[in-house]
Amino acid sequence: MLRVENLHVSYGAVKAIKGISLKVNDGEIVSLIGANGAGKTTVLHTITGLVQPEDGIIEYNEINLQAVAPNKIVTLGLAHVPEGRHVFTQMTVTENLLMGAHYRKDRNKIEGDLEVVYESFPRLKERSRQFAGTLSGGEQQMLAMGRAMMSKPKLVVMDEPSMGLSPLLVKEVFNIIKTMHDNGITVLLVEQNAKMALSISDRAYVLETGKITMSGNASDLLLDERIKKAYLGA
Amino acid sequence: MSGSLQTLSDFLQCLIVGLRLGSVYALVALGYTMVYGIIRLINFAHGDFIMVGGYTLFFTIPAMLAVNDKLPIWLAVIVAIAVCALVGVTVELVAYRPVRKKGTNMTALITAIAMSLFLENLAQAIPAIGPNYKIMRRMFSNKAVLNFLNISLDWTTLLTILIGASVMIGLQLFVKKTKLGRAMRAVSEDKQASVLVGINVNRTIIITFAIGSGLAAVAALMYFAQYSTIMTTSGTMLGLKAFVAAVLGGIGIIPGAMLGGLVIGLVESFTTGYISSSLADAFVFLILIIVLIIKPAGILGKNVGEKV
Repeated sequence: MLRVENLHVSYGAVKAIKGISLKVNDGEIVSLIGANGAGKTTVLHTITGLVQPEDGIIEYNEINLQAVAPNKIVTLGLAHVPEGRHVFTQMTVTENLLMGAHYRKDRNKIEGDLEVVYESFPRLKERSRQFAGTLSGGEQQMLAMGRAMMSKPKLVVMDEPSMGLSPLLVKEVFNIIKTMHDNGITVLLVEQNAKMALSISDRAYVLETGKITMSGNASDLLLDERIKKAYLGA
Repeated sequence: MSGSLQTLSDFLQCLIVGLRLGSVYALVALGYTMVYGIIRLINFAHGDFIMVGGYTLFFTIPAMLAVNDKLPIWLAVIVAIAVCALVGVTVELVAYRPVRKKGTNMTALITAIAMSLFLENLAQAIPAIGPNYKIMRRMFSNKAVLNFLNISLDWTTLLTILIGASVMIGLQLFVKKTKLGRAMRAVSEDKQASVLVGINVNRTIIITFAIGSGLAAVAALMYFAQYSTIMTTSGTMLGLKAFVAAVLGGIGIIPGAMLGGLVIGLVESFTTGYISSSLADAFVFLILIIVLIIKPAGILGKNVGEKV
């Protein structure tokens, strides 16, 4: 579904990504784990067009994403839940969710999808008329995920959804990811919380200073001694 | 007439004049605030868009009446709105956008000042305009609508207030209720998230410039209906005071611009009426300084630090 080949990204003189390749198959949950500054966010930003690569191929369902305008990528069914949520704080919860459906032309279906999202996130429904800026971190994360769902995605890339959340909320967020996956959405997940990420993933890649150093089945990586030592704190 | 009645009518007269002035300031302030909201740039050329709108009316109205003297004035206003919107969008495309891509906020600000001077001098260089002032044709009737208790309310004043109010209500509904209005708010808050939900950011910025500049044309109609002389620097002081209004209300906040505009208009009118007309401008800036000391983000602004 998604294929990244030999990707190179630089910020000025700094090489952030040094030739990585990865793929996400239809129906999978794939994690990209690694420490702070390894380049995880850069990979996602490059996939959804926020950053231009120096070199490499990014293909989504056989479409060359570099030839697609960044704001058109969501229309292909590829949604991005950014790091730090990036909800529209001066808009209400409902308006934020409607922004997720901004590109859609099937206006008569949007109302129904809004109800579906509110069923998955009852807490958002309670706060539907509140400004998003007044929500807690966990609620904002749910709103960012709900906004992505409103775009009717086939593939969602998620950047550090657990960041800054309490352990209880982290669990809730991961449950939501699983539910989205059960509803047929493919997920590429970037996480520092390697244990949680690996526990729900099919496969994973380990990114270290711009290079992929390990990859494989998530269940195998969970047992790998090096991973345990570096990322699982065991 | 008894003294207290006279006091009341003086007060009401100042109120009416203040609302008229305030409507003009508010519409111009909206142009500053919308553009600032979306690209964080103080568009110093905005005052000159009023001048462009004014000259467009100056030339269009006689031309139109020459064709058919039954044609209504608002047709000329539509032409002025179109010309101002076009000038605004051109300035954005030719000057601001390229500078924004390469430069800093400071270079963009200097570019805006340059555009202001450029437009003024370009207008002067056009032979039909030149450096001397011209007299605008009367646009609305100066007949009194009402003459009661020594209060005079003429059609120009009434129409100015009504046009101002309806434009402001319309704009607020547009920004709050329409899809395009939501996109504008989204882009002004978070460009990255806007791209991710599929908004064409550059197009939204252009539309914002078109609307903000179009409002300057409406403001030109309201302003020059009252003060009939026009010259190439006509927009400068008006623009400056409207900028003060936008900052006073909280720059980047649409209701703030409306409120700030009305406050400035009322302060000016009451100072003129009760103290001295020569102190009116001084009071306007005094109010600005006081508000900024007490509430640096403006009346409706929220005092928040930069998000990190």
